[in-house]
Amino acid sequence: MDKGLTSIYTQSDIPVKQPPVINDFSITIATVNGSGSQTANLTLLRALFRMGIPVSGKNIFPSNIQGMPTWYTLRLSDAGFLARRQVHEVVVAMNPATFVSDLADVTSGGAFFYDDSIKVPIDRQDIAIYPMPIKQLVREAGTPSSLRDYIANMVYVGIVAQIIGIDTDKIWQALEFQFKGKEKAIDLNWGMVKAAVDWASVNLKKADRYFARQSNKTDGFIMADGNTAAALGSLYGGMHFCAWYPITPATSLAETVNEYVPVFRKDPVTGKNTCVVVQAEDELAAVGMIVGAGYAGLRAMTSTSGPGISLMTEYVGLAYFAEVPIVLWDVQRVGPSTGLPTRTSQGDLKQIYFMGHGDTRQIMLLPGSVTECFEFGWRAFDIADQYQTPVFVLSDLDFGMNQWMTRPFQYPDTPINRGKILWEEDLERRAVEAANGKGVSWGRYLDVDGDGIPYRTVPGNRHPAAAYFARGTGHDEYGRYSESAEVWERNMKRLKKKVDGAVLNLPEPVVKRMDGAEIGFLAFGSTDDAIMEAIHMLTQRGQKIDYMRLRALPSPSQVGEFIQQHQRTYVIELNRDGQLRQILSVEFPDLAAKMVSLAHLDGMPLSAEWLVDAFLAEEVQ
Amino acid sequence: MMSDQVSSESSRVQVNLAGLTKNDYRGNPSTLCQGCGHNSIASQIIAACYELNIVPENVVKFSGIGCSSKSPFYFLNRSFGFNGLHGRMPSLATGALFGDISLRGIGVSGDGDTASIGLGQFKHIIRRNVPLTYIIENNGVYGLTKGQFSATADEGLVLKKQGTNPYLPVDIAWEALVGHATFVARSFAGDPKQVKELIKAALSHRGIAVLDIISPCVTFNNQDGAMHSYSWGKEHEVALHELAYVPPAKEIMVDYEDGQIKEVTMHDGSMVLLKKLDLDYDPTSRTEAMRVLEDANAKQWLITGLIYVDQKPPALTELYNLPQEALNRLDASRIRPPRETIDQLNAMMF
Repeated sequence: MDKGLTSIYTQSDIPVKQPPVINDFSITIATVNGSGSQTANLTLLRALFRMGIPVSGKNIFPSNIQGMPTWYTLRLSDAGFLARRQVHEVVVAMNPATFVSDLADVTSGGAFFYDDSIKVPIDRQDIAIYPMPIKQLVREAGTPSSLRDYIANMVYVGIVAQIIGIDTDKIWQALEFQFKGKEKAIDLNWGMVKAAVDWASVNLKKADRYFARQSNKTDGFIMADGNTAAALGSLYGGMHFCAWYPITPATSLAETVNEYVPVFRKDPVTGKNTCVVVQAEDELAAVGMIVGAGYAGLRAMTSTSGPGISLMTEYVGLAYFAEVPIVLWDVQRVGPSTGLPTRTSQGDLKQIYFMGHGDTRQIMLLPGSVTECFEFGWRAFDIADQYQTPVFVLSDLDFGMNQWMTRPFQYPDTPINRGKILWEEDLERRAVEAANGKGVSWGRYLDVDGDGIPYRTVPGNRHPAAAYFARGTGHDEYGRYSESAEVWERNMKRLKKKVDGAVLNLPEPVVKRMDGAEIGFLAFGSTDDAIMEAIHMLTQRGQKIDYMRLRALPSPSQVGEFIQQHQRTYVIELNRDGQLRQILSVEFPDLAAKMVSLAHLDGMPLSAEWLVDAFLAEEVQ
Repeated sequence: MMSDQVSSESSRVQVNLAGLTKNDYRGNPSTLCQGCGHNSIASQIIAACYELNIVPENVVKFSGIGCSSKSPFYFLNRSFGFNGLHGRMPSLATGALFGDISLRGIGVSGDGDTASIGLGQFKHIIRRNVPLTYIIENNGVYGLTKGQFSATADEGLVLKKQGTNPYLPVDIAWEALVGHATFVARSFAGDPKQVKELIKAALSHRGIAVLDIISPCVTFNNQDGAMHSYSWGKEHEVALHELAYVPPAKEIMVDYEDGQIKEVTMHDGSMVLLKKLDLDYDPTSRTEAMRVLEDANAKQWLITGLIYVDQKPPALTELYNLPQEALNRLDASRIRPPRETIDQLNAMMF
């Protein structure tokens, strides 16, 4: 121990023999939920990001308000690999209940920071130990007692920053952002951080090899979560109406819509809003409201998760059949039933693909990054309007509730497409043309263009011939009730033709190829980071892999071609039964035997280590 | 007093102030049973809209599932309509009425649709004061599935195939009142004049107007002694008042004695004149309304008329600071933020 150390704390004396590890390790913070640790964790995340270090933050939290264990893992990677890892080099232990296992989780040679009021013997000799006098520092800072629990987390921010080497200016910037410039809150938190930094600089000696260093790899990126991106994308998509019901992990999506309507959807000239948000009494009503709004010519969206999707099934079937454009965001969590409501999943694929009784076909968009959540946020409305049908966007908890380093949101590159809507003058023109023997008079479900997409009118159109009666019962080309066998069959075939046409206009798969690869990886959504890293790891072992990331379902023919081109295609997803593989087996039955399912089930985001192991285990067979 | 009574012998086609004939308000021929109360209500909706000079294109119709919910097809063919899901017409209407807030909504539901699966949405559309005339054609049975008890069937009601109803009924007017509906009326399809005047008043109301109309099912529940039958209704109807609807800016021509008339001014400036009958009733008092409903139940009266009205609370669509133009007509440039905002947006992220 250095003579300079004035405290009673002992630190392990392992010298820093091994070379330093810079910007390539994970920090896991174990806290009690409801203690305000989220602010502290986000502060660390943002400070690292501002240092130019690619970083991700994943919150593993309970379905609970206060008192249960929660973990937050920051991964720093100059190489840009930001998926979850199963190795924890640096651990911050703030929760007595998980202290023993948190200590055990530290990788050999790692660092362990802990709240020194937790009196549990520490038996590890192979790691650096940093005690933190949380209570003492909070007391000395003179924090009002009501705020002490919250501010306590800023102590570990300061101490970790000092030992790891996080730039305190960047911490200040992170706090300024977090508290939206509110000086009192910033000062309070900053004061605590600063005191902790000062204490650590005097009382602790660096005894591990993990360092954060200024880098330049975050230029051209922003930090955002998927729900925020989806909400903003929707507002840029011209959404007029949003109805929702609270459900983890989708709640913050609609809340963000509410937050940004006054910013982006208040007419600067008139001061009037152009978007309405209604919190419904349940998901049955939320979907009913958007079906009503969609029918009335509004761009309407709801956001929910699996249980909500179950409740929305009947109205979605009606919207498909009555041809009402609506957008539904499913921020997936683990089912069945209430399942693991605070864990991530890609388990609603099958349910949505086949959603509704009778023959239906639902369109699903599958964003693979946070910036794509923004893009699909606006694009979904164009597709729904163009094809007059429900469009689902499947995000998940990992995207929705975690902060991701992502490309900046791009302004929509195509104009708003409202599809085939007829107003008074359009109807009048058609009536005149029909009277002159040119063309046919308007019928709501008449396939004039041969693409299966009819023309629609919306309430508020004052032309005397504009109205029609929308219904879930059998109807003919003019919307009239019909039980005729031929009419029914004709209509159902037109609906199929219409959605078949839509498939050709959905976001195409993204493919990354290597020369001579005989193995294919096929996946979608939030697993992209882990898959890219796994491919990198496998490439170093000499394995060649082509990777196709699906961005929509039903799949276009190039998906079948991709499977055809490879000896084996591994379908990677977050569920038990390999739902994407099942769907692809239905779409491409001849290719079913060429697909191998790698389904990751435990509710945690995919890690590259898991994927490499799972792949190699399959390949050995 | 009413325009359709004038010159009925005239050979030229009668038009209203909107320049429309009664034909312009008609729907498709009804496929409901002969004598069904619902047909009578559909006729009164037509008559009310005609007499109010409402342009049919300014109305949107909604319904759920059941015999009653088919009826929007039998009136106002020139109005848009949406036949939604069982019990979930209210949510459909809530969303649709934002499309163009100058439109008036008419929702038609039944006792099966509203008082069973739809009870939740019924209560919530009331809570939100959605500007909708919400008519419940209440007959105490499921017609389309051939005569099962509905949730409004009286306890002890005996039906041929079902036996005796063991459960207590849901009282729709009560539920509306308890839920703070701003307009609650009860009527009887066998009293078409009252039905028509109440529909007119409802169409002039600012927010949700609930009309619980006893509408006998001639096929499954019209036996003497059944509470939802024509004969029971005729024998037990006790009107709270005689109603006369006076359109906005029209001189009151009805000649009543002083102290016999209560005037209720509606949001659009029209007036409902309530002529005092046996009961001295004030429909602007919620406590009074509750008392009279409870009293009627105890006395086995079918109390009809305007039970409660409050014109002050704003309708849902007034709460959102929306533009004058219909949302569904806004130009693309008004609903997509301009290009230069994208940098501002990205700067808002971290």
